[in-house]
Amino acid sequence: MTIHTTLSRRQFVVSTLTAAGGFALGVGTVPAEAASLSVRPWNDDTTRYPGEINAWVVIQPDDTVIIRYGRAEMGQGSFTALPQIVAEELECDWAFVRPEYASANRNFRENKVYGTLATGGSRAVRETGVIVQQAGASARERLIAAAAKRWNVPTAECEAAMSRITHKPSGRSFRFGELAAEAAAIKLDKEPALKRPDQYKFIGRRLARLDVPLKINGSAKYSIDLEVPGMVRAAVMKCPVFGGTLKSADESKVTSRRGVMQVVKLKDAVAVVADRTYRAQAALKALPIEWEVGAAGTTNSAQFRKAYLDALDQKGAEARHDGNVDAALAKAAKVIEATYDVPIIAHAPMEPLNAIAHVQADRVDVWVGTQNADQALSFAAQASGMKPENVYVHNTFSGGGFGRRLGPDEVAQAVAISKAVGKPVKLVWTREEELRQGRYRTQAAIRFKAGFAVDGTATALEMRNSAGAANPAGVKDGIDPQTLQGLINTAYQLPNYRIISILKNTHVPLGPWRAPGHSQNAFFMESFIDEMAHAAGKDPVQLRRELLAHRPDFQQVLDVLVEKGDWGTPMPAGRGRGIAITEAYDSIVGMIVEVAVKNGQVKADRVVIACDCGTVVNPRGVETQLEGGMIYGLSAALFGEITIKDGRVEQGNFDTYPVVRFKDAPKTEVYISPTPGKRWGGVGEPGATVIQPAVTNAIFAATGRRLRSLPVVGQDLNGAV
Amino acid sequence: MVNISVNGTSHQVDVEDETPLLWVLREEIGLTGTKFGCGIAQCGACTVHVNGQAVRSCSVPVKTVAGAQITTIEGLSPNSNHPVQQAWLTEQVPQCGYCQSGQIMATVAFLKTNPNPSDADIDANLTNICRCGTYERLRRAVHRAAALMRT
Repeated sequence: MTIHTTLSRRQFVVSTLTAAGGFALGVGTVPAEAASLSVRPWNDDTTRYPGEINAWVVIQPDDTVIIRYGRAEMGQGSFTALPQIVAEELECDWAFVRPEYASANRNFRENKVYGTLATGGSRAVRETGVIVQQAGASARERLIAAAAKRWNVPTAECEAAMSRITHKPSGRSFRFGELAAEAAAIKLDKEPALKRPDQYKFIGRRLARLDVPLKINGSAKYSIDLEVPGMVRAAVMKCPVFGGTLKSADESKVTSRRGVMQVVKLKDAVAVVADRTYRAQAALKALPIEWEVGAAGTTNSAQFRKAYLDALDQKGAEARHDGNVDAALAKAAKVIEATYDVPIIAHAPMEPLNAIAHVQADRVDVWVGTQNADQALSFAAQASGMKPENVYVHNTFSGGGFGRRLGPDEVAQAVAISKAVGKPVKLVWTREEELRQGRYRTQAAIRFKAGFAVDGTATALEMRNSAGAANPAGVKDGIDPQTLQGLINTAYQLPNYRIISILKNTHVPLGPWRAPGHSQNAFFMESFIDEMAHAAGKDPVQLRRELLAHRPDFQQVLDVLVEKGDWGTPMPAGRGRGIAITEAYDSIVGMIVEVAVKNGQVKADRVVIACDCGTVVNPRGVETQLEGGMIYGLSAALFGEITIKDGRVEQGNFDTYPVVRFKDAPKTEVYISPTPGKRWGGVGEPGATVIQPAVTNAIFAATGRRLRSLPVVGQDLNGAV
Repeated sequence: MVNISVNGTSHQVDVEDETPLLWVLREEIGLTGTKFGCGIAQCGACTVHVNGQAVRSCSVPVKTVAGAQITTIEGLSPNSNHPVQQAWLTEQVPQCGYCQSGQIMATVAFLKTNPNPSDADIDANLTNICRCGTYERLRRAVHRAAALMRT
């Protein structure tokens, strides 16, 4: 199954693009041919090529431009967007661009030369964009300097375009590939200035994604698809009560099964190793296992829900206080109060977690589609006892991540199993394992109080929030900034505003779920803002405009939403429109949702999305992330609920953990409305936030029922309309 | 031993009769374009054609398809030029891409039964899960593919 077909790969991509039509980029200065991505875009070797101009850019003698990509590609498209930014400054021919994953091993050995390889916080373009833009500009200037030196002319007489440096007065030119090794040796006195946005000719283009041709014919390689010589396969089950340990596993019941090689007992898990995945999975099902579950084995969801709601009465920590909320509420003409809560939810990426590990005497290799190659390296080092500098992580395409692949538990397990059996091992989780061994979005509750003046002006807003911290190490003085995202940094301005945070963790492991913090907090905040509008007798858009009067960028997003979303136009009985807006990861995203409620069933028919994310690298990339984020959040709003019984997760697959399918997916329109001069906003996560309150606000508009808990499914809307 | 025909090639595979077709394709024959998503025929990532019909191969025992004509994503077209694949490319459907082999195979079979579907037809008949949420683009691509196939 080894595939080394760089040349035929290129030919394939070109012929596919031609056949499809409409993808030729050949206008003006834009190259006619697309860059290409390998079906295996990771670099197994650590060769330092002579044409490595900096850690991000390598130019080969044949003009191929290798652009290192320091994030995961799990569907979000930045494997195309970041090289697009490099190419803008480098002035290379896009046809020569061949991106590949940056090496995690090198990142460790060379003191974080690529920064963090973790892919979270919608940071790929938002944070790495300017770094790789500078790397591209630096490479260009050094190529120019190398050419000027050869010709003995001033650099000002030379210019870069389409992978050539040309001496303008004489018309002489060199290919980039002829200059790369010399350019690599050149030191610049100072780093060149970056292009101004009005000079961009490549950033902002609706380029085709480089990975799409590989994803329509089954050729893209995810770690689950790989095979290494001598590999065996494993299935694993971890103690279903989080924190529990393995008491016993009677391997004699399965070792005689065909293909079964070994039962590996870990402290908190047991794995069956076999020659085939199916045989390992079937044997694991047949394996008698006993667990030591401890006190957590008696817990259930009803207890947890009560505990989070009860916690709202605890003292907590003051996370923010503007003005004097107590005084303002005391003299308010009207005060309203409401309590909201959300359950635990799981990530459920399409590709179940999996990894291949090969532990040898002097090195560990891991093949894994991970959102966090740095962490994968560190987990592999811990699990093997090897020094981190001897661990190599070969990052592959990921079949979705959404935060789950930030905590590479599967890597630690695969390494431990490989160490135990002395062979390369491919470990594949079942869907059941994936849903039952998550790093979940926290259960959370919140109680709001709002005060109004006689004229309906909102004067005070207070909230007491109880939620878990996904990263207890980030907690300081009882406050976790991630847990409070969207509340602590709200764009709404009220003279009196207070947040009390009550952090509460249980035995359920928590992790970042697409837009952590923002996800549940947008539901809370945007639902209660809606309640405040109705309490004050105001249109929900009007109250938002008032509280955002200081933010013209928000106002223009609201303008777009109101116009495109037909806000204010009548809806037939049983239908309603809801709005929600927030700022997350430097982007403003608002949505208007139309729902129909019939016989207690809710269907989202249409969603209009408006976004100000500042500079747009690839408009289609922004659109698809907002569309996809919206669907992800819609699954949570309509269906998302993990329940605990006897300390363990009850759901196991898509039959008991339903997600949005075609029939649930609304017609969607996206309008990108950037404010000039703003920084590059992240778009991977914000879409997953405001859909949740927009749906429940629409249900309120349709039925008069205010849903203060999620998910929507199972709640009584019968008789509402 | 079971004899199966995949993408026009016959294979004799030495597996237990009840082995799911999915795992035979992936681990015996080495065709990894067909994906494991749920194992219980819920998500459709493992969709292949058996005698032209879309089936969820994770829940099909291999012995039940002995002698049948099986087509996987790798055998759909020689150059990724099936109209459904072309439509997927033009509409830039895939994000993570993991479900898309199954989406494409399900769509090819669906369009044979309904060459000119409405959105409602699509919603009622295509049930594969996409966690990246590409449904809007998937619908557009199904319509585009249908139009390509009618011309």
